[in-house]
Formats: sequence, C-alpha cells, structure tokens
Amino acid sequence: MSVAEVAQAPNVVAEAALRSVGVATQHDSAVRHVCGSAAYVDDVREPEGTLHLAVGGAPAARGRLKAIDLAAVRAAPGVVRVLTAADIPGRNDSSPVNAGDDPILAADSVAFHHQAVFLVVAQTRDAARRAAKLGKIDIEAERPLVSVDDALAAQSYVLPEYTFLTGEPEAALAASPHRVSGSLRIGGQEHFYLEGQVALAVPGEDDMLIYSSTQHPSELQAIVAHMLHLPAAAVTVEVRRMGGAFGGKETQAAQWAALAALAARLTGRPCKMRLDRDDDMIMTGKRHDFRADYTAGFDGDGRITAFDVMLASRCGYSADLSASINDRAMFHADNGYYLPAARIVTKRTKTHTVSNTAFRGFGGPQGMMAVERLIDDIAWSLGLDPLDVRKRNLYGDGRDVTPYGMRVTDNILPELIDTLERTSDYRTRRRAIAAFNSASPYLKRGIALTPVKFGISFTTTHLNQAGALVHVYLDGSVHLNHGGTEMGQGLFVKVAQVVAEEFGIDLAQVKITPTSTAKVPNTSPTAASSGADMNSMAARDAAQTIKGRLIAFAAEKYATPPELISFRDSHALIGNRLVPFAQILREAYLARVSLSSTGFYRTPDLHWDPGKGKGRPFFYFAYGAACSEVIIDTLTGEMKVARVDILHDVGRSLNPAIDIGQIEGGFVQGMGWLTCEELVYDQAGRLLTHAPSTYKIPCASDVPPDFRIALFDAANREDTIYRSKAVGEPPLMLGISVFAAIADAIHSLAPGKRVPLDAPATPESILHAIHQVTQD
Amino acid sequence: MQQRNQPAGRADGASGTVSVNLTVNGTRHSLTLDPRTSLLDLLREHLDLTGSKKGCDHGQCGACTVLLDGRRVVSCLTLAVMQDGANVTTVEGLAKDGHLHPLQQAFIDHDAFQCGYCTPGQLCSGVALIAEGHAKTADEIRELMSGNICRCGAYTNILAAIQQAMRQS
Repeated sequence: MSVAEVAQAPNVVAEAALRSVGVATQHDSAVRHVCGSAAYVDDVREPEGTLHLAVGGAPAARGRLKAIDLAAVRAAPGVVRVLTAADIPGRNDSSPVNAGDDPILAADSVAFHHQAVFLVVAQTRDAARRAAKLGKIDIEAERPLVSVDDALAAQSYVLPEYTFLTGEPEAALAASPHRVSGSLRIGGQEHFYLEGQVALAVPGEDDMLIYSSTQHPSELQAIVAHMLHLPAAAVTVEVRRMGGAFGGKETQAAQWAALAALAARLTGRPCKMRLDRDDDMIMTGKRHDFRADYTAGFDGDGRITAFDVMLASRCGYSADLSASINDRAMFHADNGYYLPAARIVTKRTKTHTVSNTAFRGFGGPQGMMAVERLIDDIAWSLGLDPLDVRKRNLYGDGRDVTPYGMRVTDNILPELIDTLERTSDYRTRRRAIAAFNSASPYLKRGIALTPVKFGISFTTTHLNQAGALVHVYLDGSVHLNHGGTEMGQGLFVKVAQVVAEEFGIDLAQVKITPTSTAKVPNTSPTAASSGADMNSMAARDAAQTIKGRLIAFAAEKYATPPELISFRDSHALIGNRLVPFAQILREAYLARVSLSSTGFYRTPDLHWDPGKGKGRPFFYFAYGAACSEVIIDTLTGEMKVARVDILHDVGRSLNPAIDIGQIEGGFVQGMGWLTCEELVYDQAGRLLTHAPSTYKIPCASDVPPDFRIALFDAANREDTIYRSKAVGEPPLMLGISVFAAIADAIHSLAPGKRVPLDAPATPESILHAIHQVTQD
Repeated sequence: MQQRNQPAGRADGASGTVSVNLTVNGTRHSLTLDPRTSLLDLLREHLDLTGSKKGCDHGQCGACTVLLDGRRVVSCLTLAVMQDGANVTTVEGLAKDGHLHPLQQAFIDHDAFQCGYCTPGQLCSGVALIAEGHAKTADEIRELMSGNICRCGAYTNILAAIQQAMRQS
C-alpha cells in the first residue's frame, strides 16, 4: 500500500485536529536512502590515519588457552599492533548484565568456536584480515556441548530455571477428560542485519568518541569506560542510523566498539572495526532455539484445562540477555489463551556456542509456538477446526488472568479474529481446500488463522524510562534529540511528528539529530517495541515544558488567559490574535525565557515480583491475527505461501505508512524464521551456515503473491502517546500462521493424527513430518 | 567495443598495480589499482561513492548492485581491472539534473524501504530489470528481483514501486 493510499484509508484517519500525528508521512531519510547519501558508520569519511582491525578467533569451541603465538601476525605487512586480553587496561567484559562472562578478548579459555582471542591493528582492513589468519592458538580442547539436548543431558545451565505456576496443574490434568503430550523443536534465527557490526572510535585528548551501529549507546558507553578506566562522561557514543538491527545490535554491538576503542586508545589513532559477514554470523549471538515439551488436559469442546510446559533454550556460552528472553518466552506461553491451571518452566542451557541474544520478539515467539501447537493437537484429536479451538480458548469474562497474575483488561482478540475470519473468507476457503485436497494426490493445501497477543514494556521494569532534549531556535526551527535509535523502524519520524504536533509547526521545521550519549544520558536500549511509546512521550514532555514557558510569557505580555493560547499552523493563537511562531520566540527570547528543555518519561503502572512470578509487567497488550494459506508438494517438501490476510492492532496509528511497513516486514521475518532460515552447527560447535549462500533469508519471490494488510481501528485504552500502540515486534509472530498452515496441509494426509512438524519447516522438515504421519 | 575477459589495463610489473580507465556516473577516472580490487571497493574506498553497500561481500545479498554498461552486476564480485573502458552507474548517478529517477521517486511514494541499506542495490537492480524488459507480471518481477535481499521485508512495496516506474517508462 502506498503512502498516499494509506492516508486515504478509512481505518487510519487520525483525529481531525491533528496535523502531523496520524499522517502517513514518509521516512525522514527517504530522499537520502534513494540517493545513496544516507551515511551509515562505514560510509562516514574516515579521519586521516585511521587504522583497521580484524580479530583472530579460536580454532576450537571449548578449552583452556595453552599458548598464543602471534609472531607471524606481528611480522605481517601493514600490521601496526597486535593486542590480546593482557593489553586491556580495565574490565575485560562486554556483558550487558555485568555478569563478567563476556570477555572482549578471551583470556584463559575459550567457550565457542572462533571466539575473539587477539586483535590485529593494521594500516588497511585487508592487511588486518590477512594477518589475523597467521595467529597460532593452542587450545587444550574439550568436547563441546553444542545442542540443547547436549546441555540438558550434562545439566549445563547458564542461569537457574524459573517457573510460573497458576492453579493446580497436576490435579487439573488428572481430572481432564482428554490429555495430550508432545514435543516441538523451534529453530534459532540469524539477524542478518544488512549492515554488519561496525564501529569507528576516534580518540580525543582524554576522551573517546565512538560511532557505532548499536541499539544501546549508553550500555556501550559504560562498557568502554570500564574497559579503559575512563569516566563515562569521557566516552561519547553516537548513532545516526543503523542498516537494520532486529535485536542483534542491542548487546552484540558492544564488543566490536570496545575493540575499536581499545585500539584507538593504545595507538592514539582513529580505529575502525567492521566485521566481515561470515565472521559476523559466526561470532555474534542469534535468536535462541528452543525445545518445548508439554502435557495438557482439555475438555470435549477443546478448552484447555491444564498446561504443563518445559521450555529449554540454547543460551550459548554466557548469560547475555537470556534471563529476560526466557522470561518473555514464559510471559507468552499463553499467547492469547486462558490457562486455568499451568506450570511454565524454562531451562536456560549453557552450550559452547555464541551467546544467543535479543531478536525481535525476544523469546515471545518461541513461547507462543508451544501453545499454538497444543491448540492444533487438540483440534486434530477432537476433529475440530483449529480456528474454533483457538476462539474457544481466548481470554474472556471470568477467564481473564494470565499465568503470571496480570488481568487482561484490553482484550480485543475475539472481535479482531471474527473480523479477520470474515474478511479473509476463512470458512469458504477451508471448504475449498478440503475439496482440493481430496482431489489432489500430491499437492496439498493448508490454512490457519492464528492470533498474537504481545505484552508491551520491558519486563525489566527500570528500563521503562526515556529522555529527550529539545532546543527551539529563534527562526522557529527545532533541534530534536532523544535516547531512541533509528534502525529503519521509523522511530525518528514518529517522534518528530509528535514534536511538530506539539508546537503546531511543519514537520520540516523539526531537525532530527543523531542519538548521542552526550545529549541524553543513561538511556535504555531501543528495544522491546518501546521506542516510539517512550521517546515520543519524553520528547513531548520537553516540548510541553518549552510551550508552557511560552504560554506563560504570552499570557502576561498579551494579557490573555493561558487557556486561550495555543499553537498551530506555525503560529501562536493568543486569544483572537495570530502571532507567527518565530515572532513569539523572538519576543520570549528578549524577555529572557529559556527555549530549551529536557524531557523524561517513565511508563506507569508496572510492577513485578520475581519471587512470586506475579505482577503487572506490561503496560498493555498489542494484538493481531493472520490467516495464511499454503500449498505443499508432498513428494519434495516444497512449500509456497499462496495468500496472507493480516489484521493488526497498532492502537491509533502515529504513522500508518510506517506501521504497515513494520507489519509486512515483521510477518516476512517471522515467516522466514519458521520456514526457510535454518542454523546448522556441527558436532565440534562450528556454525556451518555462515553466509546467505547456506542460510536462506526470504527474498522477493518468497513473499505471498496475495498479501492483504489492514489496521484494526481502535484507540489504545491506556494513555500512550496519542493512544497508539507499539508495532516493532508483535507482527513477527503473525508468521506462526504460515507454520500452522503447513501443519494443516500435512494433517490432510492423515486426519486425526498429530503432525510432528518441527520449525523451521524446511522441505526436509516437511518431508520428515509427512513420513511420520503416513507410515504405519 | 573492447573485450573484457582479461585485464586490459596496463600492468606495472614493479609495483604489481594495474592502470584502468572507468567512467563512473559520467565522470571519467584513470586509476592505478591492485588487480585484486573489487569494483565495490574501488567505488567506496577510492572514489568515495559510498552509496553502494557491502552487505555480504559474497555476491549473495545484492546490496552492492550497480549498473555496468547498463547491466546489473554485483560489484563485490566484479574485479575493477577487468572493466577497463566501462561505464558504471551507481545509485548516486541515477538522479539527473536534480531530478530523481522515476524509480527513486516510486520508492519514496511506496515506502519501499525501512533501514535503507539494501535500497541502492534494489534501485540499480530495478532500473536494469525495467530496461531488460523480460519481467511483465508481478511474479516475474519478484523472481527477477530475488537476488536483492531486503531483511526489513519491504518486498511488497518494492514490487509496487517497480510496477509504478514500469508504467511510466
């Protein structure tokens, strides 16, 4: 849908009074993007004398470092210095949770294949990379634990297990008229942000400026400060934009920026670190893969009576964000369904692989997969349409408390699903598919309509804060800065729309500036879908402070009650008098009124008791549903998505063009995760799929030819910015409908049998499931 | 027209470098290069044309796609010295006289990008696809654009943009 079409769509009309907010405004960098003049870190003109870095990686996945021979590396052409852990003056740790388990350079032992052991600083990137291959790293190698199963067998955990308990699941299971048990494997996912990890560190007199492609400038600042024994105030991190991130630059950007800063400090010269793509895929964390084992009880109508699920995830060698990610898997183990009795356990396994990390959805998608499979199990076992089982299990009156004790007060799923069922023509197509399948021996169609309910807020409560800085200049232009980072999601334009709306000025008057730790300190990562919710509020707070001063000034000067003063169309409306915005600014300036302010926001009404596993961790829920139809070839396992209908809830959209883009993109990424994207490690812990030649990312021809997206028109019940809702992560889980549709197609081969389809549903996985249901 | 199946530039035996002449976005350049220099590195590192992106450096993502005598190529797998005398157009050369190319405008109209990193390659690929004239249907456009990955998943809008520019051409 084009920007123009979106603007005219009836379901996205903003409140009449709004001029900037709710308008389908193009991305602020649109012209630069199409002209190739939008600069990413690697495009910034390098200062004279910039040195280039490459890392030498461990040749084994697990073992003690016996010796490192770097003589040949030092002697290689163009090499300026070679650094090891011993050269780090301060703390050798890039852990986001100060766990001390993420060495910037490995010191005594290695914990995954190709872990960074030494750093080459050279005149050119090519020289650095060639030299890095000459290091001899001697490791007393041990057998690595590679898979979740390896780690479960060895009882190897990176964090203690954690349980949510509601009701009495054992008793409820025993009393249930029907029971089912199953196991599901859910694959990981490589971020493949098209711009790889990169940082440029420029040393100053006694400080450091770092240009990094990171979602979390403040954390990176703290890690570098600790590493170099510098006060945080001496380290500045700046981010103009990222070429995609998807969670992969929340913590994983820090190590490379730290190495650039280390080399810059020790050589006194600017240093750039840009990971080669294969190194990036081998050396940075990914979405956690999970194994889900479950037992559930249900009644004759398909209503769940008890759910007992164990989710085991591959966290990799260190903690990273695995605590919060596994927590979020638990928070979404219900998806949109009421579980009267449930035990939800996560086991956070430690393996000798990269430390898995944030990825759009942050454990939520994996958590939902088990309960969605359970719903299909129930439908297959009772001979019901899976959509009917889904609808019967939704939260509702008297069935509205989650397993973690939060009451669901904003549930729109019943209405949303009914609407999509109608607009997608689900029932008619279900019948047509049944007729097709009965007449088609090898090609089989499947359809599924699955919902998403996604909790919005960082579950680590203190992260739910944001800051902004707004300056107004005398010509009426506005300098906007906030703690959020732009990774393509359209955050910057949304916040600018809010500020333009507040001052009643043209969006073009709002100058968007790069995220900088020097302007807004102590920020949270741009993550958890919270960027627009929180930074827009903080920016509006700053703008309102300045506006409040202007109103107080104008009230006195023009002897007009403050309530009769407003700002719109680049003017102050003071009583019946229209004063140009720049004029009122000039008058206020001459009267010595400050035209600059910080702004702050903290999300209200959040509380969480980790000991009890109960509380209100989310401000609200974002909802959506997708109906996908697929066709599979039962002889080859080939699969095509034929049509997708999506109805998604973004509250009252701040920018429908941006939001629809997020929904489309999230769906495609979720579909990729569950269908074609497969990570393969060998037994030695080496990643075998470390380039797009072996790791298949959805391309243009994988997108459904018939792809229909609509926004569900309803204001957020909570007091969010203009009653909008977060949109970054929730649409990813709409991709589950494709996975369920594939299972539905396979189920047509053996009605009543469980379909043991694991994710990703590659042709191999589909063929395996077909084989399982059609044998005996 | 000169054969380009071997380095046609003048090799300098002492330094191991090779001279090559290229016209990039209408400007002629005479360069002396390490013969291993890719066209992408030449553009980015020697000519400061950083619009073309290095996504994978393996010819698999399409972010480095440029037009070489009107054909689309992945510049990371193209040796610069093999292209002596060639005409190269990068994303920076698509706009003419301050006016966006119709496909550039269509990308803006259809919101056909998010992070923007694949956009220069998508645009060059799309311009060549339209000129090739093979793709008539939406399916054919999707298939012939499948060498350009958009990790943000803006494919629907990229398709719409190409269709708009096709109608205009």
